[in-house]
Amino acid sequence: MNVRVYITPKQGILDPQGATVERALPNLGFEGVSGVRIGKFIEFKLDPPAGTTAAQAEAEVDEMCRKLLANPIIEDFTFAIDEG
Amino acid sequence: MPSAARHPVRFGVVVFPGSNCDTDAHHAIGTFPGATARYLWHKDTDLGGVDAVILPGGFSYGDYLRCGAIARFSPIMQAVRDFAEGGGLVIGICNGFQTLVESGLLPGGLLRNMGLKFVCRYVNLRVENADTPFTSSCREGDLLRIIVKHNEGNYAVDAETLERMKANGQIVLCYADARGELTAAANPNGAVESIAGICNETFNVFGMMPHPENSVEAHMAGGSDGRKIFQSMIDAVMQRAEVPA
Repeated sequence: MNVRVYITPKQGILDPQGATVERALPNLGFEGVSGVRIGKFIEFKLDPPAGTTAAQAEAEVDEMCRKLLANPIIEDFTFAIDEG
Repeated sequence: MPSAARHPVRFGVVVFPGSNCDTDAHHAIGTFPGATARYLWHKDTDLGGVDAVILPGGFSYGDYLRCGAIARFSPIMQAVRDFAEGGGLVIGICNGFQTLVESGLLPGGLLRNMGLKFVCRYVNLRVENADTPFTSSCREGDLLRIIVKHNEGNYAVDAETLERMKANGQIVLCYADARGELTAAANPNGAVESIAGICNETFNVFGMMPHPENSVEAHMAGGSDGRKIFQSMIDAVMQRAEVPA
């Protein structure tokens, strides 16, 4: 399965990069943009043992995110798992 | 059984791939007659009987993923964790501080500087708590002039934890102006409440973004205010040795 992890600065923590980009977009004529957060995108393939349920795979990826891929103290994360 | 006061105090300086202030830290300890330093390689699994540990500055493991995120899993860090949990003195400087927060040995996290720039300049550090093994050579309110050089030194922590840390006296050093005021202009990285250095709840683990190891010799331009941090640690180890176990 293909896993895609999206990591952004935790809500409530200032994101100076996002704020700068948000101010730049209107200068180029793109109006109506708000809430820009700049983070990271991580993708990988996961080949779990036969019989692994979708829920188990999700739990495993969630643990990967908490333990290494993201730092939950300063970052939020979401992920998507696709078969194939 | 009483243990005799022991000389010298032995410091271990951890060397990760990408550490670059390890030699400075080793040299700094060597300027104290009462202390010696040895290097501890990141693949080592024990601390070789040292009395205190220094996690130095640099770019451990290339700062991949997040600063300190990979260093946290190196074999030596398990030994450092055990040492800290047993009450041993651990100081993390800059990247070492980042490694300590990633390890969960200190609360909070270190974000990219608010100005999005690497900052290299002298700062004034106001001593908020002089009753710690890392600041006992100072008095509360003292200003230490020490250099910062970092890109991710913007300390962040949730409000609830911050209140608890303040109540416990875990906020040890803050960025101040020359008069000792905690102004925005004096804060080099946007750290919450100008926080530059913190202790854990048991006051044996300490992290600071500025580099005391670069201010240990009076004949150098940076002065010698950094000595107070290491002298405090030496005194703390000596005092422990004098107390009957």
